[in-house]
Amino acid sequence: MRTGLVITANALLEGDVIWVTSDNALTRDLSQAQVFTDRAEAEAALAEASARTGEIVGAYLADIRLTQEGPAPAHFREAFRTRGPSNYRHGKQAETGTTV
Amino acid sequence: MYRYSEFDHAFLAERNRQFRAQVARRIDGSLTEDEFRPLRLMNGLYLQLHAYMLRVAIPYGTLSAPQLRKLAEISERWDKGYGHFTTRQNIQFNWPKLPDVPDMLDALAEVGLHAIQTSGNTIRNVTSDHFAGAAADEIEDPRPYAELIRQWSTDHPEFQFLPRKFKIAITGSPNDRVVTRAHDIGLRMVARDGVPGFEVIVGGGLGRTPMIGQVIRDFLPVADLLPYLEAIVATYNLLGRRDNKYKARIKITVHETGIDTIREMVEARFAEIAPEFDQTATEATLDTLRAMFAPPPLNPRDSATYEAARARDRLFRAWADTNLTPHRVAGYAIVTISLKAHGQTPGDATAEQMRAVADLAERYGQDEIRVSHMQNLVLPHVALDDLPALYAALRAQGLATANVGLASDIIACPGMDYCALATARSIPVAQQIAALVGALDIEQELGPVQIKISGCINACGHHHVGDIGILGLDRAGVENYQITLGGNATEEARIGSRMGPGFAYDQIVPAIERLLVAYLELRLEPAETFAQTVKRLGLTPFKTALYETEAQDAA
Repeated sequence: MRTGLVITANALLEGDVIWVTSDNALTRDLSQAQVFTDRAEAEAALAEASARTGEIVGAYLADIRLTQEGPAPAHFREAFRTRGPSNYRHGKQAETGTTV
Repeated sequence: MYRYSEFDHAFLAERNRQFRAQVARRIDGSLTEDEFRPLRLMNGLYLQLHAYMLRVAIPYGTLSAPQLRKLAEISERWDKGYGHFTTRQNIQFNWPKLPDVPDMLDALAEVGLHAIQTSGNTIRNVTSDHFAGAAADEIEDPRPYAELIRQWSTDHPEFQFLPRKFKIAITGSPNDRVVTRAHDIGLRMVARDGVPGFEVIVGGGLGRTPMIGQVIRDFLPVADLLPYLEAIVATYNLLGRRDNKYKARIKITVHETGIDTIREMVEARFAEIAPEFDQTATEATLDTLRAMFAPPPLNPRDSATYEAARARDRLFRAWADTNLTPHRVAGYAIVTISLKAHGQTPGDATAEQMRAVADLAERYGQDEIRVSHMQNLVLPHVALDDLPALYAALRAQGLATANVGLASDIIACPGMDYCALATARSIPVAQQIAALVGALDIEQELGPVQIKISGCINACGHHHVGDIGILGLDRAGVENYQITLGGNATEEARIGSRMGPGFAYDQIVPAIERLLVAYLELRLEPAETFAQTVKRLGLTPFKTALYETEAQDAA
């Protein structure tokens, strides 16, 4: 299985989960995130993203698996971040129609 | 009930004005996150997994109907129409947006509520017996003392940057319903020669290193309360470790220094500062507070309607048997409203439910609502003859679950469904256990058993002191749940013993089922509770049920 890294954080105003795209935009959809396969490159991009303190909070690198459908979270915590809580249909799953 | 003075109102308005300006400076880029974080935390604002979270204090767990209605309004206007009552008498809103938070705080201030010191390394909201002022076993209402402590600790300049957070619990009853022995300071009222005072307990705490608090003073006259607390916190402020977050709580300070040395230092400090406290002024303040918390005038009431309903309605009787606690006045009861409907999220209430409870409190309950650390609501003063009508109204709101103290009355932290610190989910485990005991219809047969679930080692779900404790961990990238058995959250507090290897997410509920079934088979008689059976037999038969049965099933 191929793996990679994405840059993720929470939005400053809304507090929700975002990822950074290849053209340095912020996306609410993991499938739009830029995937790094080179750690050094990912860390350089993270340093850049972390400087965007007016837009995002707490940027870090998250592991992903590269699947047929695009990047998928490697860890369950990141999987929850793509969906929202499991007790209510709130958060991303309500906004994008992602199923739990 | 405490009424805000002009000083309180002005203080809160000024504090909210300051925070509004801080939020504005964060948004316009004048403040970095590193600069802003401590400011938002001291105003109760966290950034969690999916959103910000605002934690609002409910001092001594007491709310009026207008306050509860305001919480409902806030949840609808700025959140998703519900609130989550926590394990320390707070309410959390899980979905606020940063620019809205100053307006939320102003709305709270309209009814004398706030989020000050609900986070950060400060003295947190003082938790108090949720049956205060109503319980038949009470020596004195602890809330005037809790309010005195709130006034003393709020914005106390010496204690804004403690080594770590600091939690105080207080009870006016010998029967401890607030887990005083698992707090940094526990205050348990005792009477000596008919005069009330406090047994002062220090150094309790759960979390990574669970410890049962030790008695530092067996009888503290009430007039010495503030200087003695100040002496303890000052001693901790000096000795407490700032080099290691995991060793910074006072439980570690007491453990490493020794209770006798700590006692000497506290007593020395107390002797030094006590003369600076004006005992006469404290007594006068306490008298004012006692008058504010004076019990409502309760006229003697008949109970014929209640008895008739009990005889007639099996469901009402089951509810009354589990959800009522004796009141100090004949003809009245303390009603616990379960927020643990089978399959629902422990501690959650919708805006509609909050309004319904506020209305019922006004109609039947002297305009008082309590919030318990067990994540339930309480109407402390209800006439027995009003109970049938109250029950019917609660049923209509899905609030009449008859399970208080039973297997589905589960304490659960938000876990990884919300919390950024969590290592596994708690809520769905609680939901599934409750749904299971509901489906099997064994709850009444099981009798009292406390199941407590934490989604990480910080133990907000108090798992160490549950009859059955569940701790969710991340084991090699997979959710894994450890079980502890034999904990106790009362005045005989005890840390539970860890069983063997943990269970995967899809195996933890069947494991709990095996424990409960094993208890039914092992107990001597129905009157022997789960805790008593564990005490009598030890862990071995339960380990057998947990692990050997599992091996057989797999074979």
